[in-house]
Formats: sequence, C-alpha cells, structure tokens
Amino acid sequence: MNRISVSMLAACGVLASFPAAAADPDLQALREEIAQMKHSYEQRINALEKRLAGAEASASAAVPASAGTAPGASARGAASGFNPEVSLILQGAMTKSQREPATWTLQGFVPAGEPAEVGPPRRKGLSLSESELVLSANVDPNFRGHLNLSLAPDNTIAVEEAWFQTLGLGSGLTLKGGRFLSGIGYQNEQHPHTWDFADAPLAYAAFFGNRLTTEGLQLKWLAPTDTWIELGLEAGRDSAFPGSDRNKNGSALGAVFARTGGDVGVSGSWRAGLSAVGTRPAERGFAQTDTTGNANTVAFSGNSRTVGADFVWKWAPNGNPSERNFKLQAEAFRRVESGDLSCVDAAGAGAGRCGARLAGTYDATQSGFYVQGVYQFMPHWRAGYRYDRLDSGDAAIGLVNRGALAAADLPQFAAWKPRRDTVMIDYASSEFARLRFQFARDASRGPGLVDNQFWLQYVMSIGAHGAHKF
Amino acid sequence: MKTLLVILAALLALPAQAALNVLTTVPEWAALAQEIGGDKIKVASVTTALQDPHRIEARPSLIARARNADLIVATGAELEIGWLPVVQRESGNARIQTGQPGYFEAATYVRMLEIPGRLDRADGDVHASGNPHINTDPRVYLKVGEALAARLAQLDPANAAAYLAGYTAFAVRWRANLARWEKQAAGLRGQPVAVQHKSFSYLLDWLGLKEVATLEPKPGVEASAAHLSRVLEQVRAQKPRWVIRGVWESSRATDWFAANSGTPAVVLPFTVGGNDAAKDLAGVFDDTLARLLAAR
Repeated sequence: MNRISVSMLAACGVLASFPAAAADPDLQALREEIAQMKHSYEQRINALEKRLAGAEASASAAVPASAGTAPGASARGAASGFNPEVSLILQGAMTKSQREPATWTLQGFVPAGEPAEVGPPRRKGLSLSESELVLSANVDPNFRGHLNLSLAPDNTIAVEEAWFQTLGLGSGLTLKGGRFLSGIGYQNEQHPHTWDFADAPLAYAAFFGNRLTTEGLQLKWLAPTDTWIELGLEAGRDSAFPGSDRNKNGSALGAVFARTGGDVGVSGSWRAGLSAVGTRPAERGFAQTDTTGNANTVAFSGNSRTVGADFVWKWAPNGNPSERNFKLQAEAFRRVESGDLSCVDAAGAGAGRCGARLAGTYDATQSGFYVQGVYQFMPHWRAGYRYDRLDSGDAAIGLVNRGALAAADLPQFAAWKPRRDTVMIDYASSEFARLRFQFARDASRGPGLVDNQFWLQYVMSIGAHGAHKF
Repeated sequence: MKTLLVILAALLALPAQAALNVLTTVPEWAALAQEIGGDKIKVASVTTALQDPHRIEARPSLIARARNADLIVATGAELEIGWLPVVQRESGNARIQTGQPGYFEAATYVRMLEIPGRLDRADGDVHASGNPHINTDPRVYLKVGEALAARLAQLDPANAAAYLAGYTAFAVRWRANLARWEKQAAGLRGQPVAVQHKSFSYLLDWLGLKEVATLEPKPGVEASAAHLSRVLEQVRAQKPRWVIRGVWESSRATDWFAANSGTPAVVLPFTVGGNDAAKDLAGVFDDTLARLLAAR
C-alpha cells in the first residue's frame, strides 16, 4: 500500500466519481480497491476517535490531581484559588473556682499586667474563651505570610501574630519578621489550642505573662548535621512583659535560643533547648495597696534577664501515635532583675506611705519550673498531670532595707513558693475537636489561700488543616 | 564568639554529598527511588510501614534530614498535610520547597480515585484530591517511576543516563511481574471484599475486586460496635470473601468483623516493610496476592 498518499486518494476520489467507463474491468478493480481503502481508513479513524475520547475522559478525571494541593482548587474560580488558607479555632469553657478569679495573683511575683485569656480562670461559670482566626499563604516563591487574630470574648480583636517568613534563604537560614510568638522555651511557640492543659504553666505566667511575643526579627539557623541543632536570635521591641514599651531606637528586647533533638529507636523522640531573654524595662508598674489602705503605683526600672531550659520526650509504639502515645514536657526558668523600684501615690496627691515618690534599689532572683506528662491510653482519650512550682526568692528592696517602707507596704513582694497540681482528661472526637475536663489545686495566692479550680473546656478547629510542630 | 563564628563558617562550607540525597515520606517511594537510582543516590524514608502515614509528628530528626535533602518524594494528595509542610518550612532548605524541582509529588502522575464531590469534614477525613493511598496499585509505579527518573535526571544531569537505564530495567522487570500477578489473580476478579479503611481502593481497582463494605463509618473515623453490627447485617447476603486492613491500622474493627461474620481477616503489608515478606516493592505485591489467595 505504499502508493497511498493524500494526493493519490484525492485522485482516486475524482476517478471514483467519474460516471463513464463503468464497464472497464481495470476501473472496476480500482473502484473496489478504493472502496476497501475507504472502509479501512474509516475504521482506523473511528478507532483513533475512540482512543482520543478515552484519553480526554481520563485526562479530565485526573485534572483535580494535577491542580495542586489547594483544597477545592479545581472547584473554585481561578482568582479565588489564590485565597489564603483560613482556619478558625473556637474555644470556650465552664469554670468553677472556690475563690474570686478577679483577685488571683502569683504571690511574690510582679504581676505581668492584665491577666490573659490563657491564664487561670478569669470568670466563673460558662464563658467563651478566645477565638483564633488564622490566615496564611505563600506570598511568592521566597516568602510566606501568616496572620493570627485573637477575638476576645469582650468583643476586642488582638493581632496575636502577623509575620512573614523566608522559604528559601538556603544554608539552613530562616528569617521571620513581624509580630510572632518568640522561639524561646518549648511551649511558648505553640498556640493555646494545641496545649495539653487549659491554662498556661505558672512559670510562663510569672516570667512572660503567659507567653512572650516578639515584635521584630528572628533569624534561625539549622545545622547541616544528622542531629537536629537549631540556633536562633531575636531582636524586637519590648512592648509586653517583661519589657515596658520604652519606644526606643533599635532593639529593646533580645532573645537567643539553641535546641537539639533526635530519635531514640523508632518509638521515641526528644527535644531539648536552652534560651535567654534580656530587656531593660523602664517604669514597668503595677497597682497595689499599702498598709494605710492607700492605692499606689509601684514600678521597676533596670535590667531583666531570664534564662530557661526545656525538654520534651515523646513516645509512641513503633512511632505510630494514633493508638497510644506519651508525652513528657518540662521547662525551667530563672529570672534576675536588678535596678530601681519606685513607689508613688496612684492618685498623685502625695498621700499614703509612698507619698509623692519614693525610690530605691531592687534585686531579685526568681525561678520556677513545671513538669507534665500526658498519656493517650486509647484512641481519642488522653489523661495528664502537671506539677507547677515557683520560688519567688527574697527580693532585696532598698526602700525596705533602709526603713523608708515596711515590708508589709509592698505586699506583692512577700516571698512565697507558689505550687499547683493539675490533672486533666480529654476526649478528641477527631483531630479537629477536643473536649477537656481539668482540675487544679492552686496554691499561688499565698499562705493558706488554696484554690480548687475546675474546667470543662472545648477546642474546635475548622477550615484549613494546619500542620503542627513537634 | 569568634570561635563560634569559625565553627559556623566551617559547617556552612561543608561539601555537598557526592550522591543525590533523596528523602521520601513513605517507604514505597524510597524503594522505587532505590530501584531507579541505584548507587547514584542516597535514599531514606522518614516513616516506616507500621506508622499511620496521616499521623506523623514533625520530629526534630525529620527536620534535620530535610535540611540536607536534595529531593523530597511525597505521595501528595494531602496525605502528608499534617506534618510535611512544617518539615519543609522548618528545614531552611530552599531546594525542597513546594514548586521547586526538589519537591516531587507522586499523586500528580496518577489517575486519582474517589475524588470527593463535596468537601465537608462532616464526611470524615476526606482528601480534596482523591484517595491518597495510590501505592496499593502496582501499575502506579511505572508512571511514577518514569516521572521520578526524569526528575532525578533533571537534578543530577551528570547521571541522567544511569537514571534512565535504571528506570528502563525496573520497568522491564515490573511489567513481567505485573503480567505474572495479573495471571495469578485472574480468579479473584469480581469477588466481594470488606475493607476497614479506604486504604486499598487502588488495589481493588487493579484486581477488579468488589468492595461491598467499609468498616469505618467515615474515613478516619473509628467504627463503633453498633455501626459494625449494621455493616454485618447489610453485607451478610453478599458474603465478602475477606475483610482486609493495612498493617498500620487498628486491628479492633477487622477482628470483630471477622469473628462475627466468619469472614477471614487478612492483614496486608500495605507497603515495603509491612511484614517480613514485603522486603521490596515486588515482595509487597507477591505477599499481598499470596495472602488473598491463601485466605479464599
């Protein structure tokens, strides 16, 4: 059939349609041959059409797979396909406490400001906790952006985190900028909805006002070793405790951290770290009442240095945590503050023991730690225990030592070793929904002021499937 | 401080590994990469066959290994969504970020099954791109292998010929295996089977088995006793020949179903390392078929 070509076929077609000379046997043979060819070509074209249709069908079936990992990308318009990943965390609790939540204090420690939502119970009874709205997406091949809004039950919105992060600086370097949870410690970087207990450890409450948020830059470097070794450096403004928002040029708060970790066999893994935070608060004040019943403002100015160590151990049989797993977590912090302490009449009338203004030196070394273990004993169910212990130490207060004030005039500084025992049991119907019962025996308020606290808490996540850190 | 800087500089200047460093999320892609790359690559899987691939922790060791990887081979289709993005971001490694040549997703090259018509978590652990357990259909390895060989060649042009030859040799062996398995399993076509989780949809599709029941009420949701009883009633008439589960899945539902229905329970290796016989890719399917044929 080497004679066949398109032009040949065309010529044959003309011949075939030629009405005359039908009797010619050669012509008859030629016609038969053309008819055969026509039939054979029709069959081949039909077969090709079928294969094409099949290929089109399977290609359209495969489209969602090749459209990338954005959920529902294929179903949405091209423009909205670039919408960031959105997730929403809904939290609420019913709390019961023996003592008035509003008077809760960590005896011996400077109050860290307004008690945060993630601290001890603030209200009795049923209440909403903070809701978190998280938006994140890759900005371009080099950057990722992330926003975490905290919607408080008192109808205020706080920007909890808003940062960009580099994706590919190379050499193990990652730069983060904006407002973010500092990389110090272990639990600090984790959001409350991933915590194993309903409230923050006492050590975090005492030293960081439940968590340290850095507003600035973070540079991390991951060593090219088989053991995980990460070093980090942060510089930022001291907008929150233990800083005092000095509105200073350059960096007002510095933090460093180093951490390492690895596996032990296939079932165990661990992580350990060291960190340090330094800042120089100026007039970091809190309200108190002296022995005459007068309201004063006591403020600290000077150096604040906190160092910490953290350790985490996770175990799961064969490294498969879905059935059973165990997590041990411990952190310790120690803070040295030295500088000046001032005391003024809050009303500005020069009344009370402090009068118009008294000032003297202040030196304190305070420490604290917590250890907690959480065991998932069957799918969905976990039980845990946490032990909190702080030591306020004896602060050397110049005003008291030189007799300008009595120790009782500065009641918050009376030494105490707060202690708390917490047990919890929680049920997760899926990785997106968790219900928790928690009981704490809290001896933070001072001698003889033990408080029993009960929590019934829910944590629900909707939207994009967030990936969690170790 | 000066010493520290010197150490930092020394570490930064460490010479790149001679062999291409390939890290895979699950063991099957490590086995496939090894077949193709041979001694030209250094390959390891970050999980074992006994781990639920949906629930892996972004452990420090994973991040450390991702730091030095030239190529990450993942299944994709959101199988690793709970942990791989963290590992990529924390690694500080530009080469393995999504969209870079150093990030390879196998599911992109496969015709996906069970793509959900709607996305709602009320339906359980659904994946927008379809069922991600593509590794249970042996035909998948030809398509993924071809793409993976091309990717290896792109990343390491000096050894491009070796990768192509490695894939060609693998494909010849694999086609022979496929023909053998399909002949062995010809009698299984159309047989009814009950599964615990939708882990084996691609295997059933390949063998032409008919899935008559799923023990999980919804993907990723564990079956209650009441639900299992209902499933048992529903499928009694269809008489499933086996009830199957992967080795990483909980044995509870399958054992209950097997004991109460008289259906033999078959625990399949699922991937390389799932049991002693599943030492390599061919071993996985040899053993899978042997177990199905033996339990008839």
